[in-house]
Amino acid sequence: MSQTAIASIFLLVLAIPTSKAEPITVAVASNFARPAQELATLYEKSSGNAVRITTASTGKLYAQIENGAPFDVLLAADEQRPRLLELSGSGVAGTRFTYAVGSLVLWSRDPALASSDCVAQLRDLGKRRLAIANPLTAPYGAAAMEFLQSAELWDTVEPRLVYGENIAQTLHFVVSNNAGLGLIAGSQAMDRRLPESTCRWSVPASMHKALEHQAILLRRASENEAAAGFLSFLRADGARQVISAYGYRIPE
Amino acid sequence: MNASTLFEPLWLSVQLAGLTTVILMFLATPIAWWLAQSSSRWKPVVQTTVAMPIVLPPTVLGFYLLIVLGPGGAIGSWWVELTGSALTFSFAGLVVASCIYSLPFAVQPLVVAFESLGQHSLEAAWTLGASRMDAFFSVALPLSVRGYLSAVVLSFAHTLGEFGVVLMVGGNIPGETRVISIAIYDQVESLNYSSAHQLSAVLLIVAFIALFAMFFINRRWKQR
Repeated sequence: MSQTAIASIFLLVLAIPTSKAEPITVAVASNFARPAQELATLYEKSSGNAVRITTASTGKLYAQIENGAPFDVLLAADEQRPRLLELSGSGVAGTRFTYAVGSLVLWSRDPALASSDCVAQLRDLGKRRLAIANPLTAPYGAAAMEFLQSAELWDTVEPRLVYGENIAQTLHFVVSNNAGLGLIAGSQAMDRRLPESTCRWSVPASMHKALEHQAILLRRASENEAAAGFLSFLRADGARQVISAYGYRIPE
Repeated sequence: MNASTLFEPLWLSVQLAGLTTVILMFLATPIAWWLAQSSSRWKPVVQTTVAMPIVLPPTVLGFYLLIVLGPGGAIGSWWVELTGSALTFSFAGLVVASCIYSLPFAVQPLVVAFESLGQHSLEAAWTLGASRMDAFFSVALPLSVRGYLSAVVLSFAHTLGEFGVVLMVGGNIPGETRVISIAIYDQVESLNYSSAHQLSAVLLIVAFIALFAMFFINRRWKQR
């Protein structure tokens, strides 16, 4: 190979930007995908670090992380999986915190329920189905079950329940008119892409265990400043405004 | 894990697969017969339509079935008038969905069987004065037993292994639409790996036995 060829290859290599801006990979629970995308853009602008986002259900992300998935940060939709990751050592101890708190909304688009008292419908569903997320697998489902039990409605509505695999499918059951009513996420109820609701009622936070969404730094990023920086950014005012604009409460 | 959470979903899956298979044999026979005999220019259209569920992801089928089978859908609203409740989130709805989903697995082996009959035996029967129906039942059907065996086993096994469509239109109701594949999924998602193992092993064994029986009997037939 000629001297000039070697020299030009050398120059080319120099021209490749140094890998200081190696993007960080953030694993995000599906329900938080849209705010996460917006937060990532804000963080990229303010810090110059690129962010890559992967979405799946919290349970799937958890299993992927335990099996060595190359993620730097987890934004879960519950506090159980981050806690388990911290215990097993796959998450960095002491980095776990609540970045958002979810809420439940009873929601319907059934014209027959227009201007009716939404909660009262639960006592007499008739032929209607009530969609909730699967309490076994989805935090919003567990919260829905707690609410129905604490309101002493569980036994009444149980024969009419259908279970979404996650909160997004639960919403789809209601929006597609297959379920007359659904207990969906407050963040979903604020989404402008939804059709007009005919009745809606916010479930008081006191009627179920808090829907804490926790974040944690993952083991392979324990020395990664860009990843740690993203977590501090999540606690800052700018990020908190974005999170609450998407219908989540912010922890004190 | 107690016996009812293990056997209820399994039994439900077996019922669903069994009923779907029976219905499909009645449904697939005329379709396959027509496909084997016809030279109509519509044949490719029918062939394509029947084969679609092989290619389409279950999510596409499920998405459309939620619309069609729902209380406001074409089939769903008719069913509501008939029975008072919608087809989605019901066992009957799963049967309809499974019939669509497994249709190609019933039709394809039958088409092959009917095509290999040859016109001669049928024409012989017609010459001897048998009606078309008569010829079908006394000549074509007995000669196509192997095709029916394949169709039965494949429809049954494919319905047993159904997941995506049921996930989308079933609503995961215990004893009604929570079939074994959904139960396994729930157990994995809630980190109950030992229960997932038990259910998966059962399904693995059932699937192996069903397919093995088909290949084994098929070989026996060939040797005769």
